[in-house]
Amino acid sequence: MLSTVFVTAHAGDTTKVAKKDLSENNPPDVAIKTPTGFTTAIYADGLGSARHIAVNDNGDVYVKLAKKKDGKTIYRLQDTNNDGKADKMTGFGDYTGTGIAIKNGYLYASSDEEVFRYKIDGDHIANPDQPEKIITGLLSRHEHESKSIALDNDGNIYVNIGAYSNACQVVDRTPGSPGMKPCPILDSAGGIWQFKADKQNQTYGDGKRYATGLRNVVGLDWNTSTNTLFVMQHGRDQLHTLFPKMYDDKQSAELPAECMYELHDGSNCGWPYIYYDQFQNKKILAPEFGGDGKKTAGEDAQDPVVAFPGHLAPNALLFYTGNQFPEKYKNGAFIAFHGSWNRAPEPQQGFYVVFVPFKDGKPSGKWEVFADGFAGSPQQVASGRAIHRPCGIAQAKDGSIYISDDNKGTIWKISYKGK
Amino acid sequence: MTRIGKLTLIYSCFLLLPAMAWTQTKKTTTTSKSAGTASSLKSSITRGKQVYAEQCLACHQVDGLGVPHMNPPLSKTKWVLGNKEDLIKVVLKGLNTEIEVDGDTYSNVMPPHESTMSDQQIADVLTYIRNNFGNKASQIKEADVKAVRAKTK
Repeated sequence: MLSTVFVTAHAGDTTKVAKKDLSENNPPDVAIKTPTGFTTAIYADGLGSARHIAVNDNGDVYVKLAKKKDGKTIYRLQDTNNDGKADKMTGFGDYTGTGIAIKNGYLYASSDEEVFRYKIDGDHIANPDQPEKIITGLLSRHEHESKSIALDNDGNIYVNIGAYSNACQVVDRTPGSPGMKPCPILDSAGGIWQFKADKQNQTYGDGKRYATGLRNVVGLDWNTSTNTLFVMQHGRDQLHTLFPKMYDDKQSAELPAECMYELHDGSNCGWPYIYYDQFQNKKILAPEFGGDGKKTAGEDAQDPVVAFPGHLAPNALLFYTGNQFPEKYKNGAFIAFHGSWNRAPEPQQGFYVVFVPFKDGKPSGKWEVFADGFAGSPQQVASGRAIHRPCGIAQAKDGSIYISDDNKGTIWKISYKGK
Repeated sequence: MTRIGKLTLIYSCFLLLPAMAWTQTKKTTTTSKSAGTASSLKSSITRGKQVYAEQCLACHQVDGLGVPHMNPPLSKTKWVLGNKEDLIKVVLKGLNTEIEVDGDTYSNVMPPHESTMSDQQIADVLTYIRNNFGNKASQIKEADVKAVRAKTK
């Protein structure tokens, strides 16, 4: 059985594309479905491009925007009367971006080139207009440009620097253009970089390439039960458009898998030379590098921890450490899938939050859809004209979870109320 | 199909071909100029639809509305409906910078097509998008593409 909440969309506060869709095709409501015992409520709405979210010790939610709202790009959302809805919003910051995290009394936030931090003074940001610049000069070349961040318990911050390429061809996304080996992009992108969380003005020379061979990571989280970094890779696109004789539309829609990896210092996940085929359960040589859809390769590359269907675009990862949800959720992974576009002309998929149970640091069961319905109707899923697109996840102080949406800027709170 | 059936079919094709060619020639010479344009517009759109499915749809989507922040929409924008030369250049040379369409930015790379698509294919697909997805604009001819290609070489 599924519990359902109906949500009213506000047509006035959205991107131009969404507005066009709303007036032409979309009914105004979405119904969020969750497993029995869970309830969903809107915490905040109308924030626009709400990317990642973080929760302060006092319960305030901070959201990073990829598009300015009233000139600001970070919002502090407070629920001053404890009714489960934000009733006070305070904006600061003028740089758009994705990453946001709170650790040891600091709020960290990223643009597409830099990472800043703000001292948290009790329940508020001490000096919202003068953050410390922690990291600067990161590559952003208009493809996979968002810099997601995560922090460990040893004073390090991890930053995704996505590859400005689909498959490291000489000419990106162009049929017939060969793959470059070695791929020069990997020197400065296509991986996770580690920096000090408390040192100012660090750039490439001060950091360390912690893991390589990752095309683009938007969702990542430090798993405190394993004390390791887990990431979700956005797999490569366009197998059919680039290699029509090797892959048909359907294969191109399904392949390759969107992969979860557990990283260690020096990890290599194989991009661009291989991709992971979740049907053959093998690392397959990419066609740009002489592959034919069957030849295996990447003996030096890691295998994924979990392989999901292709192109679903995992944009957030959260290991659940709360006590509110039933026991099976403890230490398991929630993943927000932004939803696909590269499945066309096949129907699009995703636009949901999934759960993977973990035991002793490893997946202990199959992944399942935890929260669905963000896109609207099945037609809106299939066409990709989603009303909402899940993008961020954060754990609330009471053990509920928040989900953000970067299409209209809605933030939901999902709680367990029992059977 | 029987052997006789197959042979008959091949035979009739040979018979029909010259007849069809003759009919077409006759048609072009006898129909008015505007009707001729309409028919060539229609056939260009039909061919362009096929090119779109093979070359463009994966990014710009079935409905031509693109993908937020990544692949721009082709519906009712000045990029598609405006200056023909600029539009032809985008297809020939591709785009490797972030662009703005109706207040939203799009950042995915557009590959160049000068070595993979013919003048006719580019003319057809641009005519198709200029007359689909809610658009209504004039035809782009093979000669238009040829001229821009020569100019930008």
